[in-house]
Amino acid sequence: MTVSQETLDQIALSRAEYEMIVDRLDREPNPLELGMFGALWSEHCGYKHSRPLLGLFPSASPRVLSRTGAENAGAIDIGDGWAVVFKVESHNHPSAVEPRQGAATGVGGIVRDILAMGARPMALLNSLRFGPLDDPHNRYLMQGVVEGISWYGNCIGVPDVGGEIGFNPSYSQNPLVNAMCVGLVESDRIATAAAGNAEDVLLLVGAETGRDGIHGASGLASRTFEEETELRPTVQVGNPFLEKVLIESCLQALATGGVSAIQDLGAAGLTSSAVEAVARGGRGLELDLSQVHRREEGMAAYEVMLSESQERMLLVVPPANVPQVKTVFDRWDVPCREIGRVSQEPVARISDGPELLADLPIVELAGAPQYRLEGSPSPDYEERQTLTMQEIPTPSQGADDILLRLLAAPNIASKGSVYRQYDHQVQTNTVVGPGSDAALLRIKGTGKAIALAIDGNSRYCYLDPYAGGQIAVAEVCRNLSCSGAEPLALTDCLNFGNPERPEIYYQLEQCIRGMARACRVLGVPVVSGNVSLYNESQGQAIYPTPIVGGLGLLEDVNRHAAAGFGGEGLVVALLGSEIGRYRAADLAGSEYLDLVHGLVRGRPAIDLRREKQVQELCRHAIAGGIVASAHDCADGGLAVALAESSILCGVGFQGNDLIARLSTSWDAALFGERQSRIVVSLAPAQWPELERLAARMRVAVAQLGVTGGDKFQIPGHVDLPLDTLADAWNNGLERALGG
Amino acid sequence: MRFGIVVFPGTWSDTDCRHAVNGVLGQESEYVWHRETDLSGFDCIILPGGFSYGDYLRAGALAKLSPVMGAVREFAGQGRPVIGICNGFQILCEAGLLPGALRRNGHLAYRCQWTNLRTERADAPFSSRCHPQQVLQVPVSHGEGNYYADADTLARLESEGRVLFRYCDTAGEVNAESNPNGSVNNIAGILNEAGNVLGMMPHPERSCEPMLGSDDGNLIFQSIIDHCG
Repeated sequence: MTVSQETLDQIALSRAEYEMIVDRLDREPNPLELGMFGALWSEHCGYKHSRPLLGLFPSASPRVLSRTGAENAGAIDIGDGWAVVFKVESHNHPSAVEPRQGAATGVGGIVRDILAMGARPMALLNSLRFGPLDDPHNRYLMQGVVEGISWYGNCIGVPDVGGEIGFNPSYSQNPLVNAMCVGLVESDRIATAAAGNAEDVLLLVGAETGRDGIHGASGLASRTFEEETELRPTVQVGNPFLEKVLIESCLQALATGGVSAIQDLGAAGLTSSAVEAVARGGRGLELDLSQVHRREEGMAAYEVMLSESQERMLLVVPPANVPQVKTVFDRWDVPCREIGRVSQEPVARISDGPELLADLPIVELAGAPQYRLEGSPSPDYEERQTLTMQEIPTPSQGADDILLRLLAAPNIASKGSVYRQYDHQVQTNTVVGPGSDAALLRIKGTGKAIALAIDGNSRYCYLDPYAGGQIAVAEVCRNLSCSGAEPLALTDCLNFGNPERPEIYYQLEQCIRGMARACRVLGVPVVSGNVSLYNESQGQAIYPTPIVGGLGLLEDVNRHAAAGFGGEGLVVALLGSEIGRYRAADLAGSEYLDLVHGLVRGRPAIDLRREKQVQELCRHAIAGGIVASAHDCADGGLAVALAESSILCGVGFQGNDLIARLSTSWDAALFGERQSRIVVSLAPAQWPELERLAARMRVAVAQLGVTGGDKFQIPGHVDLPLDTLADAWNNGLERALGG
Repeated sequence: MRFGIVVFPGTWSDTDCRHAVNGVLGQESEYVWHRETDLSGFDCIILPGGFSYGDYLRAGALAKLSPVMGAVREFAGQGRPVIGICNGFQILCEAGLLPGALRRNGHLAYRCQWTNLRTERADAPFSSRCHPQQVLQVPVSHGEGNYYADADTLARLESEGRVLFRYCDTAGEVNAESNPNGSVNNIAGILNEAGNVLGMMPHPERSCEPMLGSDDGNLIFQSIIDHCG
């Protein structure tokens, strides 16, 4: 073997994988060929460690129009001839190295996935994780990421309608930037990424190919990293203006009907884009790299094939249609070059002018090995899950102070100071924007709306990955249900550490199993997604963080609810009002336990059938016009949910005695994070109707108080001016960012 | 009536404007590509929001050189109504059709939020459907909306009644708290000398349906429709 360990490290292939390649080719690959294998066999492109597990997710429903994994994103039929396309993807490692460009190009990349389905991008969401804000480096990362999302998203005219931001020490060197994009397409015009017709021309459109992002997929996204500064050149640089004209020109090119397939250039650039397109179609390709328009002279073939320059798309066009398609790109001044063609024989032949540089069977290139590893829980796993009453002292602070601390905590405080930097209204569909449980976008020309949410709680997954996975799915569906929408389908981004370590693989497997179980019970398929592994630095893995994006449908846009109370003089009630019997269980994994007692312990749990009933009740109550608002009871527990609804409406709340009796101790009742609970407000006259409906659907409901005045009161525990609460919640994040 | 909606590469409010004037108000409209030079078939020209040519240099600095801008200047010179929204306002200032400039927001961050606008006069072609001092709810979305003009220009604008909209609170009070970008005198929108060219940072096309939070933007478009009769 002539290949050096250094070369293998650079492309993140193992010696055994190299030998497998030699064995399959029956010869040694040349450096270009090896680079192509490295890219396509990376975790990022080849899903070596995750594909067998991803098969556990249910992926079918009568509304699913796409085959998961076969196209760039999932497509869901919403009726009236329309399909919604959506996907979430990570850009964690680039954002750790260069936060502004890393986050910006994360947005750009996911938008092109949606464009590759022939859909017009209509919404962005994002889920972000950072280390604690008292560390200036984490503040730098967060500000850079937010700026990057704002800069790129605003420029391309796609509204950023929602998301969430969380903080935990495990993300200190390894922030998470997960971007979700949603698009709309006529359901009979969904584009394919499968290049199935031999002789079709391959058109490379968009940006010139430069030297940026080489080894992004293999070097950056597929291993842990310790020496960040050296990796800065592997981060790509975005050009949102070009992305905007690329969106318009590609949609117009598709509208001519002359394009047979379209694929974005993302991780591993031209290599993965072209090879995956022809692999899907069972064909091969011939590329002439001398035809690729380049940003600089003297680029080696290796660099051209592995560049991750942004804002590029690959179009597959029958020869007769090429002039017509080119006319569209000329009109938009977008470069468009013929760089090769689809071949009958399933072989990738890469040349530079007359010189043949690579000659590889597609089936081997696209056939990354799959590893099924053995997981085992970490040694302290049981200790983490054990939490007894005795370990939780009675808090020295009163409920007033604790509530204010929780509301001001960056994990819970309003993210308004971030969202107002994102254009969330362009395209004029935003009925409910960021800051509610789910965003709501009307579909013009129909009476319908789609609901969108993204969520994930890594503390629960750290304590119990199986239960945490279930809760992640349940919570995003609950968010959708709180808007009145029926959850239709999910997309997921699985952010984990190094799967080659047994405790990480255990987390990954358990989490996926939990998520899959919740999907089956709640009847929602997973139709697209992305896996981000090797999120470690200095030997420390991030908390296991599955992020779930949800799509819901509201048949009547006028029948929706938002999180803020509906006004004054309303009854406030809790859906799912069973009384908890164990303080320790009710407090497991809660923000309160972490913030006030410094404990990340306990065993979170969820009853999925109960969850399903509570969500159904909520949707019925909204559709029937019974309730005026609905808010998921989540981080910070019931007191925080009530306070948020009050602040969002600008109306006070007078609670009753029941609130503090919902568990065996007041702290568990107020701040425990028991699942499957929703806070609603309704006109007093509607109460009998809600009770009847709840009884029929076998859900416990109880009145918690009434809205009105300018105070927030829970008898015996909390008595605060609403202004004080609002100040803590509205300004908590900005104060934390102020250092 | 017939609106012409100018589209530069990077424009993104074009479809929103079309939805407002066609879908909501039932008028006709057509997109006008930045290379076109004939605007004779239109009653009013809209320069919509977006990031024309990416605005990497300075907002509107490249768009003013587009072929269509010569035609817009001619159209405005004939006294016909032109409304520049957000990037359109920036372009009108760069092109010299309106005085002053739009600088980066005072706090240096992009801002997308609802604002209240006080209508300073109800006799302009763009405000005849409003009452004097009426407060309109219209959102902004920009990073460079901080209007500035030198003292002499500002004095002229004020004395000639060419400030059409000012950021204010819900009661119509003009104060620093209601100004989203730090603009001088809380200016949100101004008129040219002849009164037929309006530039404004807020987006009336985003407030044309109650479902989206407000339909006050219709008052502006309806006024134009009345004016063009």
